[in-house]
Amino acid sequence: MKSLRKYKSLFRIRFNAGIQYRAAALAGIATQYAWGFLNIMLYVTLYRDHAASFPMTLQAVVSYMWLRQAFLTLFETWSMEGDLLDAIVNGNVAYELARPADLFSMWYIRCLSARVSKVLLRAGPVLFIAIILPAPYGLTLPANPVVFFGFLGTLVLGSLVTCASLMLIYILTMYTMQPQGIRIAFNSLSELLTGSLIPLPFFPEPLSRILELTPFAAMSNVPFRIYSGDLAGAAAWQAVGLQVFWLLALLALGRILLAHALRRTVIQGG
Amino acid sequence: MIELEHICKTFRVAKRNAGMGEAVRALFRREYTIVHALRDISFRIGDGEMVGYIGPNGAGKSSTIKIMSGILNPDSGICRIDGRIPWKERREHVRHIGVVFGQRSQLWWDVPVVDSFELIRDIYEVDEVRYRQNLEELVTLLNLGEIIRTPVRQLSLGQRMRCEIAASLLHNPTVLFLDEPTIGLDAVSKIAVRDFIRRLNREKKVTVILTTHDMQDIEALTERILLIGKGEILLDGSLDELKNRNSPVRRLHVSYAGGYFVLPEGVSLLSDEHGRAAFAVDTRICGVSRAIEGLSRYAEITDLTVESITAEELVVSLYEEFAI
Repeated sequence: MKSLRKYKSLFRIRFNAGIQYRAAALAGIATQYAWGFLNIMLYVTLYRDHAASFPMTLQAVVSYMWLRQAFLTLFETWSMEGDLLDAIVNGNVAYELARPADLFSMWYIRCLSARVSKVLLRAGPVLFIAIILPAPYGLTLPANPVVFFGFLGTLVLGSLVTCASLMLIYILTMYTMQPQGIRIAFNSLSELLTGSLIPLPFFPEPLSRILELTPFAAMSNVPFRIYSGDLAGAAAWQAVGLQVFWLLALLALGRILLAHALRRTVIQGG
Repeated sequence: MIELEHICKTFRVAKRNAGMGEAVRALFRREYTIVHALRDISFRIGDGEMVGYIGPNGAGKSSTIKIMSGILNPDSGICRIDGRIPWKERREHVRHIGVVFGQRSQLWWDVPVVDSFELIRDIYEVDEVRYRQNLEELVTLLNLGEIIRTPVRQLSLGQRMRCEIAASLLHNPTVLFLDEPTIGLDAVSKIAVRDFIRRLNREKKVTVILTTHDMQDIEALTERILLIGKGEILLDGSLDELKNRNSPVRRLHVSYAGGYFVLPEGVSLLSDEHGRAAFAVDTRICGVSRAIEGLSRYAEITDLTVESITAEELVVSLYEEFAI
């Protein structure tokens, strides 16, 4: 398909631009080890006395923490395409509008590609150390291949949902011309609601069940809990369904919003 | 063929007076003023023409370019480029045009230039054979051989601008919009860019619309000038026409070794020191050759230049004339 080639090519160039930041990747990996250990030591201490009163097994929590560190760059909502935000604010986006390609797809691919390039540099070393660590500090392997493929599939879906939600921020920037406000609001919300501060099952009962329904729960929450078997069977299928639903809904919303933004758009400057 | 008829565009601009009190008040109540960026712009540009679009800052040049390149919707009016309405058939339209925004960049900052070129090749669906041909030609003409494998962030402005222009031509556009293509360039790069644009227009018959504040660009490149001010087209004509219209007076600079001058009718002496004299020749009364003949009769002239009003002076006088 010829028309797909342009998007593939865009993915490649962003990927190539992304993988050259080796120092950033090394620093990131070091930070992620440190954070992983801190978190896990905290939970190990808590579980020592009251293991029974927690909603997840210690092993599931530890796996969750390591996966979160390993795939951080795939799901983090605070890192966005700086070039793209700048382009929207200073008007370089004019060039993107002058291309015979779909603007939404171009931005979406760019967002995805940046994340994939970052995670490929970082996930390996973090996972390697996490797997060779002794229990209870290490990452345990998934129970069976089905679980593993379920993890992979929902990992992909989750990152697609993450990018789809970030698209809304890029597009809203076309209205506000200043990304900071929306980004801060969105990040504080997503830190809490995606389960990156504490896993969602740790929230009090009725709340945690409501939170499971939000688009934030359709990001990293699903794959990280499927991996350890915390989410299985019917509950897992329901989570996958929600991921698909939110992905389609966010993409549709993004496209509608972008079409509206373009009708009233003013390219800044010169 | 480019046709614009009665194009209007207004922008809403938030305004407030200086001061803390005003700033707080603006939190609750914004005041907007309507800026008429373009009012009733109409013109036609034929295939293969090279047109300079000039006017002071804020006159509406860039807005017109943005409308013609499909980026901006006008409020009213008709714009057709090769039969297409840019903002309605955006994707099909932009396939046939090239745009260079001198103050912006379309190249990827962190990767070698050639990577950006390949991306553009794929976005415009240029087939490999034609891409190779175009690339080779552009590399030779714009002298890019040494820099094409360098990351953009390490290029000088002049090198980058040559790459930007090449990037806008990889897909063989029939119309090229150049929005201040020589801004910030040194003399050598400016001349290289101008030569290239001239060749492109002559040999490939690409229609070129150029906005610039650099009057040498206009002088070197364009036969036709559109003057825009306060959102309206004020003048449309050739550079020579405009020069004659605005000033029939030529200036003669003469160096001489001895003798004296007898001024023919229509010639007046402007200055005369250290063997160098300057005369104003009113061509309505006395042609340039008659003036030279008359002046050289009793003086030994060693050097002589004829100067018409420069494009620079022309524009200043036009801006003054139209109070823009």
